[in-house]
Amino acid sequence: MSFELFSNLVGAFFTLCIFSFLYKDNPFYQAAEQMLVGISLGYGLVYTYNRVFVPYVYQTIIIQHQFVLIIPAIMGMLYLLRFSRKLGWLSRYPIAFSMMGVGMGVPMGIHAAILVQMRQAMVPIESFNLFLIFIGTIAVLLYFFFSKAHKGVYGKFVNVGKWYMMIGFGASFGLTVMARISLLIGRIQFLVNDVIGILK
Amino acid sequence: MKKTIPLLIVIVGGLIWVVWAFSPHYVLQEVFYNQFYLPWAYASASFAMLLGVLSLTMMHSNKIKMRAPKWQYSYFFFASFVITCLAGFIGGIQKGGLFMWMFENVQMPMSATMFSLLAFYMASAAYKAFRARSPEATVLLIAAIVVMLAQVPLGVKLSKHLPTISQWILDVPNLASKRGIMLGVGLGSVATSLKILLGIERSYLGGD
Repeated sequence: MSFELFSNLVGAFFTLCIFSFLYKDNPFYQAAEQMLVGISLGYGLVYTYNRVFVPYVYQTIIIQHQFVLIIPAIMGMLYLLRFSRKLGWLSRYPIAFSMMGVGMGVPMGIHAAILVQMRQAMVPIESFNLFLIFIGTIAVLLYFFFSKAHKGVYGKFVNVGKWYMMIGFGASFGLTVMARISLLIGRIQFLVNDVIGILK
Repeated sequence: MKKTIPLLIVIVGGLIWVVWAFSPHYVLQEVFYNQFYLPWAYASASFAMLLGVLSLTMMHSNKIKMRAPKWQYSYFFFASFVITCLAGFIGGIQKGGLFMWMFENVQMPMSATMFSLLAFYMASAAYKAFRARSPEATVLLIAAIVVMLAQVPLGVKLSKHLPTISQWILDVPNLASKRGIMLGVGLGSVATSLKILLGIERSYLGGD
């Protein structure tokens, strides 16, 4: 048995373990599920160590002698006190440090999610499609404005926003399903071509 | 000390970030951002990963200790976690080693299969949700079917106009609804950020 075939058989075994859930919950699926979590966590830990801890903590402090970085390193360790009843409050310091970034989120959020979208929505209405987009955007926004009752002509206009959203959700759903189907096709191709194909 | 200083860090640091976004001044762009924030954030971030490891490890060890339902499977978690860590820390993360072999032949197939499983569950959920019980559900169903069919050869065989209609759905009504939602989300997130910055929202600090 070649090493490639062995590797593919291992992959096929775990693929079938996960697929077995389609029949019903079973020990193979349960074991595979926990292994997926364990391996993913181990992968994340090893990668964080190699790509973050070594270059930004170990090398900067020990090799480049930037001793001031001992402060954020100790602050990072305070995260671990989250589980302590007495000293748990100390974990608020690294959390507060990371929450500082919220300040950047205000101007950036206004720019990316509001100003850019508004600028794109306020183009000259030169075609029927642009008119539909403009009406749709206004109607969707008003649909979430609850300070005025959705009644009468206003209610009917707001209802248009609901129809727009239904089409949008349908499109998003269709795209998501197709993405999952393409993954499924990939797994079946793996089983048929890379495993059964080599076994033949 | 327990709550006031962390709150002050968020408020003062957050306000500096607000000024940073508007000012190209050297002190803000170079001293604050490049020399202070980035190295400090990287140095402290690596320990956040340990928090996740500790949390999962405690959860599974408690499960085993308490003999909770399906506790036996927690051993699979520990075994795979320890083996992956040993493979990575001792053998290294380069291609050709055990670490990458496990990633390519165990982790990747399992996670891809897990996501592909969702295709089945989405199909059954869609059947329940889309039984066209209302005009809105019908519209959703039609939009989904058109977008899905337009991406497969069968759809193009059924009608050569299907890809054009699908593209129109994506470019016009879908764009309008997404833009409206995006504007709402943007306003909401800015409002929440301001509440955090002004110290009104403090739930991230936890209790006590």
